[in-house]
Amino acid sequence: METLLGIKGPDFVMLAADTTHARSIVVMKDDQNKIHKVSNNLLISTIGESGDTEQFTEFISKNIALYKMRNGYDLSPHAAAHFTRKNLAEYLRSRTPYQVFMFVAGYDPNDGPELTFIDYLASAKSVNYAGHGYGAIFASSIYDRYWHPKITQDEAYDVLKKCVVEIQKRLVINLPNFNVSVVDKDGVKNLDPITAKSLAAEPAA
Amino acid sequence: MSSRYDRAVTIFSPDGHLLQVEYAQEAVRKGSTAVGVRGSNCVVLGVEKKSVAKLQEDRTVRKICMLDHHVVMAFAGLTADARILINRAQVECQSHRLNVEDPVTLEYITRYIAQLKQKYTQSNGRRPFGISCLIGGFDADGSPHLFQTEPSGIFYEYKANATGRSAKTVREFFEKSYSANEVSTQNGTVKLAIRALLEVAQSGQNNLEVAIMENDKPLKMLDSKDIAEYVKIIEKEKEEELEKKKQKK
Repeated sequence: METLLGIKGPDFVMLAADTTHARSIVVMKDDQNKIHKVSNNLLISTIGESGDTEQFTEFISKNIALYKMRNGYDLSPHAAAHFTRKNLAEYLRSRTPYQVFMFVAGYDPNDGPELTFIDYLASAKSVNYAGHGYGAIFASSIYDRYWHPKITQDEAYDVLKKCVVEIQKRLVINLPNFNVSVVDKDGVKNLDPITAKSLAAEPAA
Repeated sequence: MSSRYDRAVTIFSPDGHLLQVEYAQEAVRKGSTAVGVRGSNCVVLGVEKKSVAKLQEDRTVRKICMLDHHVVMAFAGLTADARILINRAQVECQSHRLNVEDPVTLEYITRYIAQLKQKYTQSNGRRPFGISCLIGGFDADGSPHLFQTEPSGIFYEYKANATGRSAKTVREFFEKSYSANEVSTQNGTVKLAIRALLEVAQSGQNNLEVAIMENDKPLKMLDSKDIAEYVKIIEKEKEEELEKKKQKK
């Protein structure tokens, strides 16, 4: 029901997530942030079984914070993604699996940006762009058309806007608002949300 | 005679002592000195680290460590025991955040550490932790705190205190020269801590480790150059004092 989007550029990773929290046929909340800041250079966006998303993301965040406390330096985004995947894989094979879909996005001063796609079966893949949820179906063709290796942050934001426009036009589910966050060498930054309102205010593309 | 009463930690000696716990306190007294001063807007911890061998990596000898973003700890006693305790405390700090979405208060984490230490004095097949901890940091309301725990599981809060070798001398020094005015600035607080350490430091200023924590700021470790600067100021002040005394005579 929910949608996550992610784009990696040459020196940043940008994530978008819808803010709808729905249960059955009822929208309970329309301002839920699904992009979590884990450390100064790491974001995790999560959707899936509600409750699982919060529980698992917090568990991972606190363990990554603990790693930093113990060792005095941060887990790299690459290592954080592996750690997340391994935990999810172990829970998958337990009696209490977590049903979550997530992006682990980070910027490493040495290795640059990293965007990892992780699904509920704990398959993880480092990607340039991807989406989770029904919205991703409409996003993939837009990514394919507009993404290029030297994409800038402004361009990436525009691509996400295009995706949201398409989702709001074609998807039967109502997802009016998307939060957008970016992580780059300067750390984590929240950008203006992409909303039905903000898109309506713009001249039609 | 006493030898029969110091085998198991859980056994009292006839005169009411727990000898193993007292031995642990002795281990603390043999450990290198650690001092802590609570300023009005900062907490300063300092230790004397001796025994850095010529070819040893300086960075691997650490007696001041973070428990959480807002909690820092210094210790005197057995470093190996400390590592276990630090680990447990670090995990508890994160667990607390996970469970109640708040950072730990200084009193909470101190109580947790003290409780852990106490457990080791009253359960079979264990021995007490041979360390005394000075725990400094800030509560969520921005107030600074300084606590001390001992191997027995006792904990107290202090404005300034010392533990380890010649802790008594340093404590007396603090009692003599602590003033609310002096610790109202960060500079004064650091100066007081370093002066206290120099009272008993065996190898002078070279092997000091000093950490400053301010509210909502990352821990600042002073490097040897900064410490030398403070030492210079302290020595100058001492000389001036002597001069004054002479003139009075």
